[in-house]
Amino acid sequence: MKSRQERLIALAMVAPSLVLLAIFVYGFIGQTIYVSMSDWGRGAALALDPDISFIGLDNFKDLFTGFLDVRFRQDMVNMVALSILFVGGCLVVGLVLATLLDQGVRGEGFFRTVFLFPMSLSFIVTGTIWRWMLQPRGGINVLPTLVGLPRIEFAWLTSREQIGRWNWQDVPTLLGLLLAVVFFVLAARWWLAGARRRAAAGGVLAAAALVWAFTAATKIEVLPFPEYHGFNLALIGIVLAGVWQMSGYTMALFLAGLRGIPDEVREAARVDGASWWQLYRHVELPLLKPIIWSAVIILGHIALKAFDLIFVMAGPDNAATSVPAISMYLTAFRGNQFAKGAAIAVVLLTLVSVLIVPYLVSTLRSREEN
Amino acid sequence: MNRRSLWLSASLVLVLLLTGAGAALGQVSGEVEIFSWWAGDEGPALEAIIAEFERQNPGVRINNATVTGGAGVNAKAVLKTRMLGGDPPSTFQVHAGQELIGTWVIARRMENLDWLFEEEGWYDVFPAALIELSSTDEGVWSVPVNIHRSNVLWYIPANLERWGVSVPKTWDEFLEIAPVLQAQGIIPLSLGENWTATHLWESVALAVLGPEKWSALWTGELAFTDPEAVAVWDLFGEILQYTNADAASLSWQQATDMVVNGDAAFNIMGDWAAGYMSTTLGLEPGTGFGWAASPGTEGIFMMLSDAFGLPVGAPNRDGVIAWLRWIGSREAQDIFNPLKGSIAPRLDSDLSKYDAYGQSAARDWQTNVIVGSLAHGVTANEQFMNDFATAMEIFLATRNSQAAANAAQAIAIQSGIGR
Repeated sequence: MKSRQERLIALAMVAPSLVLLAIFVYGFIGQTIYVSMSDWGRGAALALDPDISFIGLDNFKDLFTGFLDVRFRQDMVNMVALSILFVGGCLVVGLVLATLLDQGVRGEGFFRTVFLFPMSLSFIVTGTIWRWMLQPRGGINVLPTLVGLPRIEFAWLTSREQIGRWNWQDVPTLLGLLLAVVFFVLAARWWLAGARRRAAAGGVLAAAALVWAFTAATKIEVLPFPEYHGFNLALIGIVLAGVWQMSGYTMALFLAGLRGIPDEVREAARVDGASWWQLYRHVELPLLKPIIWSAVIILGHIALKAFDLIFVMAGPDNAATSVPAISMYLTAFRGNQFAKGAAIAVVLLTLVSVLIVPYLVSTLRSREEN
Repeated sequence: MNRRSLWLSASLVLVLLLTGAGAALGQVSGEVEIFSWWAGDEGPALEAIIAEFERQNPGVRINNATVTGGAGVNAKAVLKTRMLGGDPPSTFQVHAGQELIGTWVIARRMENLDWLFEEEGWYDVFPAALIELSSTDEGVWSVPVNIHRSNVLWYIPANLERWGVSVPKTWDEFLEIAPVLQAQGIIPLSLGENWTATHLWESVALAVLGPEKWSALWTGELAFTDPEAVAVWDLFGEILQYTNADAASLSWQQATDMVVNGDAAFNIMGDWAAGYMSTTLGLEPGTGFGWAASPGTEGIFMMLSDAFGLPVGAPNRDGVIAWLRWIGSREAQDIFNPLKGSIAPRLDSDLSKYDAYGQSAARDWQTNVIVGSLAHGVTANEQFMNDFATAMEIFLATRNSQAAANAAQAIAIQSGIGR
């Protein structure tokens, strides 16, 4: 048991950083949320004493259902696609590299450095290099001509091609379906774990969400006209650059994880007659699970906040590769619509919190258990 | 001289007397911070007038604060954070017109400059149309240092001869010769990244609407949804068929390069392209490369201008005023503009200091009808300009003229165009 005095000293030591955090992090988050619910940006936005009034959630409503905010909605779609591909790409490439290096190749230290090296660059440098390489008239596109093949005609970062197009008016239905799937998965897991009653509740909720998706949800009018969004092929270039930069990092994480598995475990499996694949699939991969989760959280929030890489690679006005962070910057600092910019920031903050808070809670809890 | 400017001049004289600096007029001292985005190719022109200014005003030290980034995309953001944070530079570069008025003048952060224009006799040496575009009802707000022209068509004379086409005077003529060029594997009109599409759009709009109706768009007298304004998008769409598919990935220089290399026949760009072709690429104006007013805009000069103003509460106000007097002078403008590749806003500049393109542009400047550019901040405020990209995006994605026009009109209403 610590003495009272020790506690006081401890408090005094952390107090300055608590105060600074309270002002410069939470204070400004609060201010941003307040600005996002105001109309700062109408008329003389930059006056010494701008005329700001509270308008509630109108800015958010505009962003998701306003005629002129079509770019923000495509940005959201871009962001989701980018996050999934970037995180998935980094995990797969990192895992493959780590597994290969773990086989005891000669010069492992050398390869480890090579793969980890891109991480030491800033996204600005990576973006510039890849912008050059993805120029439609040079770089990667002319590589095949070196061996006599025709050049590639894909306009990497500026392609307007879109696949998987869907109507923004269907958003409520799609959300309902998503909810149904989540409940269903939960129900199935509870069922397998033997929690029958919970499983039944989950099943009922899943069914309710499904019914809602096809009845009430179809009647909600999000937009008065159809508006199509889809996956922009131009994002592939951004994903390539991002994966190139960050897969070395996931490799390092996985390699550390693989090295952390005690040899006894592997030997026990071999004694039981497991093949190389069985050992990998049923012993090593499951033990890497916590690492996968950390990697998803860390890479996921990088993807959600992506700004510099895209700004440098494709420029601020290239709508095909734009994400909410870029729109936020342009809306606030070029268009002088500070309230709407703040609203985009709050949407981003919410999404990042959805990703990070459960992670923080679960790590805190497991630490307490230990 | 109106009452307000009288008061301003009176108080200025008082300030000068009190600080003891008024004994010899023009004797100023201290540091003047000049905030601009002239860092790259434009750096030497700015440095040249700074050097001469410092030579003539030995007491003053200029702090040349530049933030790099084309068209000031980064500089403007830095400026806004500094102004909001209560740390304004002594003076800053800004596009004359609504970019200054719609952001800083309506925010009451600029001082009126009527008295300075009066004192220096600038009402007579700058064209009335330029002063009108830089003014509100309350007067004029900035001192222009250069003029660029937006509606210029560029080509290589020898190439046109080889392909057997002549310079189109109207868009109809262009649409006639474009298939001929295409048949020879030539791209009729080269285009670059997104803002150059807006740049092309304003030239097309000027051709379709003419100067009066173009200006009426910005006073709110002509709606973007008016059939005539919708027709701009129709023609714009037709023209886009004859542009390069990879436009969005090219800088404006690369689009110019396509014309120079003979991959494309024409390009529409501001006349900074003349500086690029003559200085960077070493082509002779007139023979190495040729120019004309963009189709259908002969006799109209769509202008943009870099200017400086006097922020309220600017550190070293006297120093700033001395700087403004200097950059508005004939001497400074004739040092700055030949180096920058622009022309002087003054009608009395010494044309012998300019190259063949500059002389031709200056002649047009003196005789043509002058209108303001949208893409470069003269006619519309920053909110409209930022959101107009959305209207352009809607058009490029759907090729629906009416939808783009509706979006443009909604943006005009939201950003208070003509209010």
